Amino acid sequence: MRATVWGCRGSLATPGRETLRYGGNTSCVEVRLRDGSIIVLDAGTGIRPLGVKLGDERPATIHLLLTHLHLDHLEGLGFFRPCWSGETELHVWGPLSPVRSLEERIARYLSPPLFPVQLSEIPAQMTFHDVPVEEWEIGPTRLLAHPVSHPGPTVGYRLSEGGRSLAYIPDHEPAFGVDLSTVPPEWMSGYALVDGVDVLLHDSQYGEDEYSTWAGVIRASSRRSRSPESQTSAGS
Amino acid sequence: MRVEGRRQKELILILAREFASKLATPMFIADRHGDLVFYNEPAEEVLGRSFAEVGEMPADQWASLFQPEDLQGGPIGLEAMPPGVALLERKPAHGEFRITGLDGRKRLVSVTAFPLFARSDEFLGMVAIFWEQPGVETP
Repeated sequence: MRATVWGCRGSLATPGRETLRYGGNTSCVEVRLRDGSIIVLDAGTGIRPLGVKLGDERPATIHLLLTHLHLDHLEGLGFFRPCWSGETELHVWGPLSPVRSLEERIARYLSPPLFPVQLSEIPAQMTFHDVPVEEWEIGPTRLLAHPVSHPGPTVGYRLSEGGRSLAYIPDHEPAFGVDLSTVPPEWMSGYALVDGVDVLLHDSQYGEDEYSTWAGVIRASSRRSRSPESQTSAGS
Repeated sequence: MRVEGRRQKELILILAREFASKLATPMFIADRHGDLVFYNEPAEEVLGRSFAEVGEMPADQWASLFQPEDLQGGPIGLEAMPPGVALLERKPAHGEFRITGLDGRKRLVSVTAFPLFARSDEFLGMVAIFWEQPGVETP
């Protein structure tokens, strides 16, 4: 399993000289599985350059795992080159809503007047899946999706393959307004996803001084993001 | 290959616990099996002992621990109490009954309980909020 971060910004793409080091695109991570299968985590603006790279490769099947449908995790989908090939089989996975299907919710953005083309007019063979409650498999990889603390239906993912694991929780508040070190692990949002993983890609949008202003509204601070037992943490 | 992650509480219960921990109203939370998983500090005042001392316990244990009685003084079972209705029938309920706290004091309480669903078909537990009513009887 090999992961490439194509976008790690939150809220809004931030092109410019100041963001050259980590890039200015919003959330998107490419994961290549041992058998060559492709999993894409989120469809922020980072999915556009990923699609350009995949253009020549023309993969037959892509699994897109959405953590949630806030715009910075979805806005690149219409600009993902494989979507515009009728030969692409695109499986879109995302959190269940008690109100509307995943396809209906995505179509609210991918339709006029917000987008010039209807979702149903996109040539790729798109299939929409609510993430299962239990683990499931894509190729050689086992996946686990758990609801995590963030406004609206939101999940984090854990991918495990060949004894290695990656957790991805880009928008997340492990605890509201309390010191995370005082929260028992079993009462910590996301703990089952991150416990013991080799690599954790986690929200760290705000510094500690900023988080007090935004707690409960958007996401975690860099310090609160850290799980004491995770081995690696890479902030978004 | 098995995912090695540990178990954690359902997110709905985590959020309910965080809500309860900041609430001045007594609040009591049970999971889908009916096991008591948390009550907050205001509830400790009514139930007569801290949650840290009592800990998690199954429904049949907590349903009798506080010696619930109807207003006529007869014992009542879990199914007749609002928390039991929320757990067993998965619908909201409200009622009044007496309990004996673990401090030995008998109290009249009003209880509103409701089931927790993450999906329409995914029952995760129950929350009960309650108030001590005036006219407390003590032994």
